[in-house]
Amino acid sequence: MKPLTLQDLAVLAAQPSPAAAAFIRVQLDTGGIAAGAEETLAAFRDALAAANLAIPVQRVGSHGRSWADPVVEISAAGLPPILYGSVKTEVVPQIVAAHLQSRRLIDDHVIADARGAAAINAPVTHLLVRDTGAGEGKTEFFQFSFAEELKRRGFAEQVQTVRALDLGVYDEGVAVTLLPSGVTYTNVLAPDVARIVEQSVGARQVLDDLLWKKADPQVRIVLRNCGTVDPEELQDYLHRAQGYQGLRAALAKTPEQVIEEMKASGLRGRGGAGFPTWLKWNNTRIQKAEPRYIICNGDEGDPGAFMDRSVLESDPHSVLEGLMIGGYAIGAAVGYFYIRAEYPKAVERVERAIVQAREAGLLGTNILGTGFSFDAKIRLGAGAFVCGEETALIASIEGKRGSPSPRPPYPSVRGLWGQPTAINNVETLANIPAILQRGGAWYAGYGTETSKGTKVFAVTGKVKYAQLVEVPMGTTLRTIVFDVCGGVLEDKDIKAVQTGGPSGGVIPDKHLDTPIAYETLQQLGSIMGSGGMIVMDTTDSMVDVAKFFLKFCVDESCGKCAPCRIGGYQMLQVLDRISRGRGNAEDIAALRRICQAMQKASLCGLGQTAPNPVLSTLRYFDDEYKAYLEGGPSYARKMARAAAGGAEPARAAAPATATAD
Amino acid sequence: MSAVATLPTVKATINGLAVEVPAGTSILDAARRAAVKIPTLCKHKDLLATAACGLCVVRNKGGPRLLRACCTPLEAGMEIVTHDHEIVDVRRSTLELILSNHPADCLNCGRNGECELQAIAADFNLRQDGIKRYVKDVPPDKSTGSIILEFEKCIKCGRCIQVCQEMQDVWALSFLERGINTRMAPAGDIALADSPCVKCGQCSAHCPTGAIVENDETAAVWEALHDKEKVCVVQIAPSVRVTIGEAFGLPPGTNLTKKLYTALRRLGFHAVFDTNFSADLTIVEEATEFIQRFVHKRGPLPLITSCCPAWTDFMEKNHWDFIDNFSTAKSPQQMLGVLAKTYYPEKAGLDPAKLCVVSIMPCTAKKYELSRTEEMYASGHKDVDICLTTRELARMLKQSGIDFLNLDDGTPDSILGEYTGAGTIFGATGGVMEAALRTAYHYATGQKLGKVDFESVRGLDGVKTAEVDVAGTKVRVAVAHGLGHVSAVLEQVRQARNAGKETPYHFIEVMACPGGCIGGGGQPYGIDNERRRLRAAGLYQDDRDKAVRCSHENPEVLRLYADFLGKPNGAKAHELLHTRYTARPLYKR
Repeated sequence: MKPLTLQDLAVLAAQPSPAAAAFIRVQLDTGGIAAGAEETLAAFRDALAAANLAIPVQRVGSHGRSWADPVVEISAAGLPPILYGSVKTEVVPQIVAAHLQSRRLIDDHVIADARGAAAINAPVTHLLVRDTGAGEGKTEFFQFSFAEELKRRGFAEQVQTVRALDLGVYDEGVAVTLLPSGVTYTNVLAPDVARIVEQSVGARQVLDDLLWKKADPQVRIVLRNCGTVDPEELQDYLHRAQGYQGLRAALAKTPEQVIEEMKASGLRGRGGAGFPTWLKWNNTRIQKAEPRYIICNGDEGDPGAFMDRSVLESDPHSVLEGLMIGGYAIGAAVGYFYIRAEYPKAVERVERAIVQAREAGLLGTNILGTGFSFDAKIRLGAGAFVCGEETALIASIEGKRGSPSPRPPYPSVRGLWGQPTAINNVETLANIPAILQRGGAWYAGYGTETSKGTKVFAVTGKVKYAQLVEVPMGTTLRTIVFDVCGGVLEDKDIKAVQTGGPSGGVIPDKHLDTPIAYETLQQLGSIMGSGGMIVMDTTDSMVDVAKFFLKFCVDESCGKCAPCRIGGYQMLQVLDRISRGRGNAEDIAALRRICQAMQKASLCGLGQTAPNPVLSTLRYFDDEYKAYLEGGPSYARKMARAAAGGAEPARAAAPATATAD
Repeated sequence: MSAVATLPTVKATINGLAVEVPAGTSILDAARRAAVKIPTLCKHKDLLATAACGLCVVRNKGGPRLLRACCTPLEAGMEIVTHDHEIVDVRRSTLELILSNHPADCLNCGRNGECELQAIAADFNLRQDGIKRYVKDVPPDKSTGSIILEFEKCIKCGRCIQVCQEMQDVWALSFLERGINTRMAPAGDIALADSPCVKCGQCSAHCPTGAIVENDETAAVWEALHDKEKVCVVQIAPSVRVTIGEAFGLPPGTNLTKKLYTALRRLGFHAVFDTNFSADLTIVEEATEFIQRFVHKRGPLPLITSCCPAWTDFMEKNHWDFIDNFSTAKSPQQMLGVLAKTYYPEKAGLDPAKLCVVSIMPCTAKKYELSRTEEMYASGHKDVDICLTTRELARMLKQSGIDFLNLDDGTPDSILGEYTGAGTIFGATGGVMEAALRTAYHYATGQKLGKVDFESVRGLDGVKTAEVDVAGTKVRVAVAHGLGHVSAVLEQVRQARNAGKETPYHFIEVMACPGGCIGGGGQPYGIDNERRRLRAAGLYQDDRDKAVRCSHENPEVLRLYADFLGKPNGAKAHELLHTRYTARPLYKR
């Protein structure tokens, strides 16, 4: 293959992406594969061959809607791209027969996004109907009503009424989305059926009183290519996703200018600590020692978190591109991907991305003829949570026991093999090509004063639609849980949201309207962390929750420093005692004392933050602890039930069931 | 201007006291200079900070977090507070946590009264167990017979592992598992005897608790002393005389040779010998070997000293391509042992089978040496029966009712007891080299050395090299101590050998422990470079005080050859005083 040149990339940048031809895109990330996406893909190939249809079946990464796996996007037969969820193999022949051969959609699989469309510019072809209220029982009734009304007015031939799987609006009564425009009506009542059919279907008029006007709270920067680009094809990334245009933009600048651009963007590390990315790069760049290294930290380990895995699997080239730009900025010629071995698909796709980039001359010497040389390597982590800590990660790459070392010296001064090293998280790196392409100021347009841009969260637990969410900083937790993820499972009351993984804390219902930023979460006793978000309902025992997360940190402590190694274990013993109703009044004081020692005297972030779940539950759910001390677990559950005001059957559920993978 | 003066310094305050220290100095060290003590259980002066214990936390005024004094460099303008309510509280809680993971077994512990953890617990005035105890029941590893690993008592400070891996390059010990299950153990979780361990005992000398201790054999010695059938004789190693005083509160380097003679007789030893005598003998044999190789070109160069058993073990395991370069002369301990069971009973009319030879050594590896090869039984019996470390002897003396410090001076037995200044400096790094050069010079030139001091091979630099003029020929020598410094020297030799070039050194001395035997793994606790310097200075003073300072001039050594051994390197000398080495690649099963 002839190496790419800057000229080639300039040509690609000038070309508009080819118009979306007919395609079937099957979302094949680990989650999708586990749900049977590979079988679905094969079934499509078979069904298309049987029906003699020549529509390309493509492999893409995940959009993030893990709850709906396997997910398939179809653009064919003159219809706009339609997203199908829960496409098991048995559904495939139905879709082929209906969608591809007779332009009809099938019930209970279509996913739409209410994106705030406000005009109907083309004849309506489909009505997507869904009861988004509690119980969701009225969907079939309204499907029938609309069908009858359409028949009555003679539209039955042109317009199909379909029961949707998800319309992107929640708790808004019956919702109807009109295709192809995407205009969505909510809180539709029986009398509205005739109006909608008459005015909107018949006369293409938008009914303002019913119109859903809220824009989608999500903004996809990190996930911009996830679910649309083939993660195993460099050409797809180059041609359809403006691939490596960020690198082109970076190479046109000096490294100092690249760092300036990063400074303007306000991007802070997405691994959890929120250290300004430009500063980290600059601190590494100003070191005299060479060689320098850049490392992509893909050692995601929080229970319930799968952002990094999904990005690596769905858009590996973006991360690689970000790594290269970072390498250019700090003056590194080698970059490492440190990915945990439990992510084989991510490793495979990153490996392939590196090979393809090498073949295309995007890695190696004199890249794009600019004189910049860079290569990337992969190192696998053996699954220790603490290896996400920078100094432990470095030790692990060097082949040593993965335990943290004292800082300073910081890795930017003495890192991998004793050389200056910048370590950036997967999500951070995925942001970078977009920032270089569109400018730091554009990026800084999103977010809050101190926390710029967007953040990806993996929302799991007692939530209706567990998925990856990317929202601008400053979005509230309530928006994420209720407007994006559909609220609490079984429509129970929300009790709290755990952010920041095991090192984070619980944020109770009353604080869910806080805009998310690094500082605000910290004030609430939690942290941003890498973006895990676990939803808990009123049946969850907060003592059990604290115990669950603490147990994780105790298991994952490297054992090097005494406060973390022994403190975590001893705290777990106390919590266990309390949760079994054997606690006593001094136990709470003992917990607080050990928490203090761990927070203040632990060497690394794992130990310093491990007490957070305990402290935050003590802070917000003091009463529950008291109930456990007074009357044991069943009494505590009874009290919690009474406090929630419901007659819910008691179920002490740790969010162990909440992990998404 | 000197290099020291040009080093940039930083100014800051510690507890309001102004301090100025070289840039890069840790807060812990800076505080020491200001006479402020910050507690720590993991930081050792010999080692880099690992930040494991969490006790040394301090606060920089205005900073939200506590800093670890051991590994945080003092920065200009810092206002460090080392003790306030919160800091002391955090330290106390951390200490209680450490104690909750440690058996409360002080009265039965090898470190009772000398334990750093015990001392800190006392300093903190702890009166009750604050946190429920959790100690995993793990049986100790006694496989080597030299060192015992009492896993339960380990506080995971990591000193032994740093010592084993970084200081000594041995890599026998490592951390296994993680979290609360983290434990110090031989790498791969095998028995210590099957590991690369060379028994140097530096781990035990650096351990803050009783987790790594010497194999205490005082009971066996008491048993032998009380046995009416047995005749017990004893020898004391060069370095022991300047360190044993530390166990009785004397400053390091105090020479107690003559009190030791008296004390050992009072303990009940029939005869008291001095390993310094056999050190002289070793030099005569080794210098003869060197002259054979250097002047008469019989045998390969460099000649490498072999009197340190940890070093010979290390060589057999890691550098067996140097076996032919090793001096075959036995160590002074073994030479004295074989003579005590041949020459001595012959002279004294005793039955060698009834003799029990005890040695007092600075070293845990010496215990291993007793049965290292079949040559250690050259007398037809086990040449040395029991080896005690300095620490064990101190305990015996304390038990015995002997008021050690107030004893009258004594003398050794006239046979196998007289020594020269050359014999005594064996106990410090460079000493063997210096002693050998004094004698080799004489053998090569037939002349008496004017100035016997070879200052260039003394001191605590890890590797010392020198060129010595012997009758117009330059002898290039290297001295390494601390096994971590050895590989670099050997690699130079290896490269020259492989390239067919002339060897960079003719004579190499290696001692496994930093500082040589005065820093041995069996010496009184509290080792650091200051102590090493003082202890070595005690030996060099002993050397200066001696009228005879060259081994080949030791009248008793000369008489021994005339009476019994014949010629140096002669047939009888070879039979009794020399040994062999075998390659023992690591992890061979």
